[in-house]
Amino acid sequence: MTQAESTALARDPALKRIARFLGDNPMIPLIVLLLLLVGVLEFMRPGIVNERWIANTVKFAIPLAMLAACQTMTMLTGGIDLSAAVAATITGFVMATQVPIVGVPWAIVIGLIPAILIGLVNGFGVAFCRVHPLIMTLGTGLIGTGCLQVYQRFVLSTGSVVPDSLAWLGTGRTWGWPNSLLLFVPFAALLIWGQKRTGFGRLLYALGSNETASRISGVRAWQVYLALYALSGLVAGITGLLYVGLIRAPSLSLVNPLMLPSVAAAVIGGTSIFGGRGGYSGTILGALILTVLGTLLTLLQMPEGARRILFGAIILVVTTIYVRLTDQR
Amino acid sequence: MNRVLGKHGWTLGLLALLVLLFGITRIIQPNFGASGLDSLSRAALPFAFATAAMVIVVIAGGIDLSVASMMAVAGVTAAVLMEGAGTGGTLFAVAVVLVAGLAMGALNGALIVVTRVPDIVVTLAMLFVWEGVALLILKAPGGTATPWLREMIVGPLVFAWLPKSLVFLAVCLAAVWVPLKRSKLGLSIYAIGSDELAAYRSGVSVGRTRIAAYALCGLLSAIGGLTLTMSTGNGEPIPGPYLLASVAAAVLGGAVLGGGRGALLGPVIAVFVLRLVRMDLTLASVDPNVTTIVEGTIMVAVVMLGGVLAMRRRRA
Repeated sequence: MTQAESTALARDPALKRIARFLGDNPMIPLIVLLLLLVGVLEFMRPGIVNERWIANTVKFAIPLAMLAACQTMTMLTGGIDLSAAVAATITGFVMATQVPIVGVPWAIVIGLIPAILIGLVNGFGVAFCRVHPLIMTLGTGLIGTGCLQVYQRFVLSTGSVVPDSLAWLGTGRTWGWPNSLLLFVPFAALLIWGQKRTGFGRLLYALGSNETASRISGVRAWQVYLALYALSGLVAGITGLLYVGLIRAPSLSLVNPLMLPSVAAAVIGGTSIFGGRGGYSGTILGALILTVLGTLLTLLQMPEGARRILFGAIILVVTTIYVRLTDQR
Repeated sequence: MNRVLGKHGWTLGLLALLVLLFGITRIIQPNFGASGLDSLSRAALPFAFATAAMVIVVIAGGIDLSVASMMAVAGVTAAVLMEGAGTGGTLFAVAVVLVAGLAMGALNGALIVVTRVPDIVVTLAMLFVWEGVALLILKAPGGTATPWLREMIVGPLVFAWLPKSLVFLAVCLAAVWVPLKRSKLGLSIYAIGSDELAAYRSGVSVGRTRIAAYALCGLLSAIGGLTLTMSTGNGEPIPGPYLLASVAAAVLGGAVLGGGRGALLGPVIAVFVLRLVRMDLTLASVDPNVTTIVEGTIMVAVVMLGGVLAMRRRRA
């Protein structure tokens, strides 16, 4: 915050109070933004917002919100997981190609293993070699993509099958509600409960706020990082399973389009990319906002390039606002 | 002699590694010669410029994740402008690309200075933005490169063993690096990288120096993108794997993530080492996808090693 601004804030207690209120309740402006976007959509295409549209939006927001969970958890410690989309793709692809060989349950297990492995390697690099998570996860993502391409050679003849159960979970609807909520509601509840009420969740905040202080207080940072990135890989893998059920066509770039939005969803949701601040409930709203925004941009026939510019701008603007509001670096 | 060895030990070690790798290449492929050297040097060209770009901001204590995306923007801009252009048009295109590179880099730097958001976050956001800009300029690979410009990096110059592309690389890097190293700006870049506060108190304008470092990074990325278009003959809007490669080569070349240390020669030799490893694997007829995995693993290992070394230094 510049000198002029901080004096302006000090002089204007109302402004300060609003800033603090919004800082304490980041959900309120997010909900307002979401409703605003839905309003704009309804204004542009009257009648588009109905029960079916809402169910569809939720259906597409869920995999995004799950992948953004990886970003949220790692960002709480000041990290990021750019390999999440690759891990999810690998799980989805490996699972679908293993189903004809070993059957559904084993295929799911075999599919999840590489995702967890990627997470463990990330955790190792971050915990022991102190590589910046961004560079570490970028590297493992690259290696993972290479491995997937080699793997694909060996399964060209077997073909791929998306299990009916996953297709039901990904695309089906019961009483108008998407079935994926069956997976997502417990998942989100567990995460929101875990981030504030369990020791592990609090350690994430502690490491993100001040790593040195946590180390001195006896936190074994390497254990937390290793567990965190492995967990992030696992969540990414589960997202891949759900997403392949939604898309029903396994490919080598299955979940990759969700990479950018997953980072943006966590940032919009109020999780600080510098660590120690934020939570999963904001991320869920962020994912919903991005999904509605996506529909809006499709209606406006916005080209792919402009979309990417917009996502980049959103990340930059939102982080700048957070830096200004909290005056942290 | 000892002083030279101590100061340039790392670079000399890399050079020895490079010579060793050339020896291995000769064993794998006995008729590896001038043409092999030429194709190696041409393949290394965009990587070398990306690495040089990264090295400058790393010395200044930052990092620029948008290098590969800026290269894509420069590449497609060049390809679009050169479509059906004559000599004048081509020169105009080159000028536009260089200015655009400077401007992109300066914008990155200015955003870091003005928003006071950490460089890694700003350049991550700008990575997406420049990627989008490249896609807006050219949706799919297209455009052309003027033939005489392409000729500039194909074949040997005077001696059969001296590839034109290597001369091109040396001339471009020297044109940026030598004046920089001798100027006040160059010194300031090293200064803000090793201790920002001390630099500020010694009268260095930290913000302006940082913007200049990022602008130079943008300029070198733009040249990298230009060479990409020159060697492939068209513009590719999807950025290549230059980000990780440039960080790995910078670290392998002796630039310390965190700033204040490093030079240009070591990282450029490191680029050739990494390219030669890839070439050897290809010559040994290893599956190209496996080669990608090996290359990625080497780069990650190098970055991890760099992390461990930086940690040791901080403790010492």
